[in-house]
Amino acid sequence: MQGPLLFMEQQELIPHLFRSEYRKIVAVLCRRFGFDQIETAEDLASDTFVTAAQTWALKGIPQNPVAWLYNVAKNKAKNFLQRESTFENKVTVEVKEGFSELHEFEIDLSPQNINDSQLQMMFAICHPSISPEAQIGLSLRILCGFGIDEIAEAFLVNKETINKRLYRAKERLREEKIKIELPAQSGINERLETVLTTIYLLFSEGYYSVSKNQTIRKELCLEAMRLCYMLIENKNTNKPHVNALLSLMCFHTSRFDARINNDGELILYDEQDPNLWNSELISKGGYFLNCAATGNVLSKYHLEAAIAYWNTQQGDTKEKWENILQLYNRLLQIEYSPIAALNRTYALSKANGKMEAIATAEKLNLANNHFYFALLGELYTGIDNQKAKQNFQKAFSIAKTQTDKQSIQRKIDKLC
Amino acid sequence: MDEFILIFRHEDGSKVASPEQLQIWMKQTMDWIGGIASQNKFSGANGLPFDDAKVVHHNNIVTNGPFGEIKETIGGYIIVKASSVDEAVEFAKGCPVLQGEGNSVEVRKIFKGDGVH
Repeated sequence: MQGPLLFMEQQELIPHLFRSEYRKIVAVLCRRFGFDQIETAEDLASDTFVTAAQTWALKGIPQNPVAWLYNVAKNKAKNFLQRESTFENKVTVEVKEGFSELHEFEIDLSPQNINDSQLQMMFAICHPSISPEAQIGLSLRILCGFGIDEIAEAFLVNKETINKRLYRAKERLREEKIKIELPAQSGINERLETVLTTIYLLFSEGYYSVSKNQTIRKELCLEAMRLCYMLIENKNTNKPHVNALLSLMCFHTSRFDARINNDGELILYDEQDPNLWNSELISKGGYFLNCAATGNVLSKYHLEAAIAYWNTQQGDTKEKWENILQLYNRLLQIEYSPIAALNRTYALSKANGKMEAIATAEKLNLANNHFYFALLGELYTGIDNQKAKQNFQKAFSIAKTQTDKQSIQRKIDKLC
Repeated sequence: MDEFILIFRHEDGSKVASPEQLQIWMKQTMDWIGGIASQNKFSGANGLPFDDAKVVHHNNIVTNGPFGEIKETIGGYIIVKASSVDEAVEFAKGCPVLQGEGNSVEVRKIFKGDGVH
């Protein structure tokens, strides 16, 4: 029995190490070589894993696989730097005389340098000069060590498209002469905004993704949280709104298992089994929300985290819905979004009654949004069931996914 | 889309309401503004507290005020986006300030600074 078992372990070991170590090696090498050599850094990191697979298959798994990988990566990087340097010395001997001392080729894979490099890489990739889509793609590849297949699956596009998207994004960053470094303290807040937006988008991609692959979706969420935590661990980027973002992601993720049934269909908040909510993540969310409660800036992440907190409280209390309503009132003043407008109207119906909410909903002007008609259907239920039905039917006709159509159909069936 | 400022005028700013009344009035105002924001028509708002209010007159004479000599005081304003003054007036009609007798909301269009207006 030992043979197959060992084989299984080995089968899982390399993907596991790839996910946790590839990104670290790439970040350190790329920071050392400069962003224009990012492909070299990626190639050397990939090569390291190929070498590992070949060697370990023949000689067995080393005692400390991570240290082994780092050593091989260091050697490959040194060889590369030496080759580059030899070439340059041959071409420009006179200016580079005596330049090729050994320490020039040292690669620092200490935990501190890995962390610094990854953090700086995050700022380089989340750069306003490339589209948010490209930022997410590059983040997944370079900061999270996702394979091209996995990224393609998460976005529901083919590998070719992802490869092209990543290639163009890297070209653009090279043209912009992006440096792998933390922005100066004076500019860090502005750049941090873009980083946080990308992290939140990455999270949403997992949380609301069209992909049915639950494992990948959950990993996207966890990776977004990990990146956010890296910002919190560094004193330069440990700001209140960064803690607020992590808090809100913890609260949302606490319902991850409760919101999908066995067939992969979405279960709405009202119908979820609260026993499936993850209490550990809820208390972590509370912890980071406390950490966020300093300073004098109330960001949209603070408001969203506070809303998410109230959503982890069971039952329909007056206090809960009044708080949620006021938080949405403020959130919408900072940043309008159709989904926030709809959620605010739902909270309004719970806090102030359905009649007031219907009057407000009729003014929202979101006639191409199926959630809008689903909300109207919900509000009219019990007040005017005929109108409720008409709105649900309208929602059904413009809903795009099968899951959405099914959940609307269930509402219609309940009315009859 | 134009911007309009809705200026809240209180007939008597020194009138003291009970904490309960203030609480209700605050919630109504927040819900009113939230309703405008949920239509993506909100641009900005500010409350103007009656503390630390001064009036500077001709010849640089400074008085505490504007209470006492002026009948009306400005309690705050909100700036909304609207396609016409009529739409802005519809927003103004929902303003909780109007529950007080003698109070009013003045609706004024804001210069765009685009050389046309």
